Amino acid sequence: MTVAADERLAGTGLVRRLLIRPELGAVVGAVVVFAFFASRSETFRSVAGVANWLDPASTLGIMAVAIALLMIGGEFDLSAGVLTGTTGLITVILATRYGFAIPVAMLAALAAALLVGFLNGLIVVRTGLPSFIVTLGTFLMLQGINLGVTKALTGTVQVGGLRRAEGYEQARAALAGTVSLGGADFRVAILWWLGVTALATWVLMRTRAGNWIFAVGGDERAARAVGVPAGRTKIALFMTTAGAAWLVGSILALRFTSVQANAGLGQEFVYIIAAVIGGCLLTGGYGSAVGASIGAVIFGMADKGIVFAGWDADWFTFFLGAMLLLATLANRLVRRYAEEVRH
Amino acid sequence: MTGTDEAAHGAVDKAPAGTEEAGKASPGAGGTGSAVPLLETRGCGKTFGGVIALRDVSTRVHAGEVTCVLGDNGAGKSTLIKILSGVHPPDSGAYLVDGAPAAFAGPRDALDRGIATVYQDLAMIPLMSVWRNFFLGSEPTRGRGPLRRLDAARARRTVREELRSMGIDIRDVDQPVGTLSGGERQSVAIARAVHFGARVLILDEPTSALGVKQAGVVLRYIARARDRGLGVVFITHNPHHAYPVGDRFLLLNRGASMGEYGRADVTRQELTSLMAGGAELEQLTHELGRDEPPVTP
Repeated sequence: MTVAADERLAGTGLVRRLLIRPELGAVVGAVVVFAFFASRSETFRSVAGVANWLDPASTLGIMAVAIALLMIGGEFDLSAGVLTGTTGLITVILATRYGFAIPVAMLAALAAALLVGFLNGLIVVRTGLPSFIVTLGTFLMLQGINLGVTKALTGTVQVGGLRRAEGYEQARAALAGTVSLGGADFRVAILWWLGVTALATWVLMRTRAGNWIFAVGGDERAARAVGVPAGRTKIALFMTTAGAAWLVGSILALRFTSVQANAGLGQEFVYIIAAVIGGCLLTGGYGSAVGASIGAVIFGMADKGIVFAGWDADWFTFFLGAMLLLATLANRLVRRYAEEVRH
Repeated sequence: MTGTDEAAHGAVDKAPAGTEEAGKASPGAGGTGSAVPLLETRGCGKTFGGVIALRDVSTRVHAGEVTCVLGDNGAGKSTLIKILSGVHPPDSGAYLVDGAPAAFAGPRDALDRGIATVYQDLAMIPLMSVWRNFFLGSEPTRGRGPLRRLDAARARRTVREELRSMGIDIRDVDQPVGTLSGGERQSVAIARAVHFGARVLILDEPTSALGVKQAGVVLRYIARARDRGLGVVFITHNPHHAYPVGDRFLLLNRGASMGEYGRADVTRQELTSLMAGGAELEQLTHELGRDEPPVTP
């Protein structure tokens, strides 16, 4: 067969193919940030250091990947951060105050999270309101519930004592344990994060659902016109984000054995920033799960690297803002180059 | 003939079969007067609230023929498309598909009967690759259960072959559709409709946003689809685009039909002047001409 390739493709081969990958900007950024901190701090580049900065990257990464899928589908979820707190609170309250075994309490929290995701999606799809507003509403409501219920039940702003609940050891081993590797303890959450990234990438690139996610984010009307179930796709995306929030909420609750009523507050923007650094367009229809994960790695490196380098941690947000701006600019240039009409 | 047509729409998921049947139904250009048309409207009308969008429009679409619908803005072209593509049922008159009254619940029903509509602005998703766009909504898969996945290799191969057979020259099926020119995008959309077993193609202003050369490219694919035995409804406001490919010309003005002409019954000039409302255009020529002398004494 001679249909394999076209002779005019010769000049635009590998380089362009690499450049049009959405995660390119994040990869370059990650290499630069790593090189920078590794040259400042020996601890940073040691195995223990790597385990240390992969830890914040893992929980953030799980959320960033889910948010990336949602953003590729053309929507936002501002309630995702607070929802990690809500799910953690539900698990801890049910397990410590009402005597549920931890797996049962976790399932209840998952059901609640999926319901929140479903409602977010349903309202967005049915009303056509911007998801930014809808999920801002959910965000504030959840924040109120988290504080109100916690205070009413405990008289304080945190619930704890998960260690004494039934099934704690097993649940902790599965979600919040550590694995020894090369003389350092790596968090199990890193494995969950890698799994979530791989699964999300497979869904995006190799399934019909992935095709639909790109389509509803790229042009919803056009997608509907060819029979893509746009509403279902978006609701599923909101539920996926909620499911990820449950996973992260559970991991953190098991790790700390207690949850603050304001847990997760403010994280929602960090997820979005990681996804954008990873190549997601704010307008939808473009991005990658791997990119979002690399965005999360950049965060983890900066978060710990600033401490390792002996600087004041207050500089972290400055660094974050600069990374976000640089990444967005780089992505824009790359995309323009990729989309140039070729004749 | 009716039997053949029914057999054809029973096999709409398989393009070659449908095309072959339809091809048989029209042995020669223009020799289809006696055949049952693929689509027919008889005195169709549509009102929205107090507005009469369309009244008493009759036309036919035969296999292997191009029916051009010409009209200015607000002439009722969009309303007619929506009736033909199953978006709205007509309020009065009859809409027949293969000689039998059509009762479509929506565009999906019409599509299942092989009536595909390519909208100018809805054709493609720019950031997605050509092959992903081509199969969007009808992706080929392999494996089952949770392992059901896109058959990307088959999809790429099919798109390449399908585009080649339509004579469409796309370098790389992995390139984003946004990198294609307007004419190429329309062409890919047409090839897509043909591949998915369309017997009737409804093209909504496919050439209006294009330059002369690009429009020519699209016209060539319209002709090719026609030669493959499809019935084509070509909506346009440009008689110069309609005339070279059209077999039948339906002229609309302010929601009403100004007549339907066979290709033999009308010249390009007549078509143009009918389109512009004849007398109105002369009037305009006069006005514009009269204004000039005083400006330059």
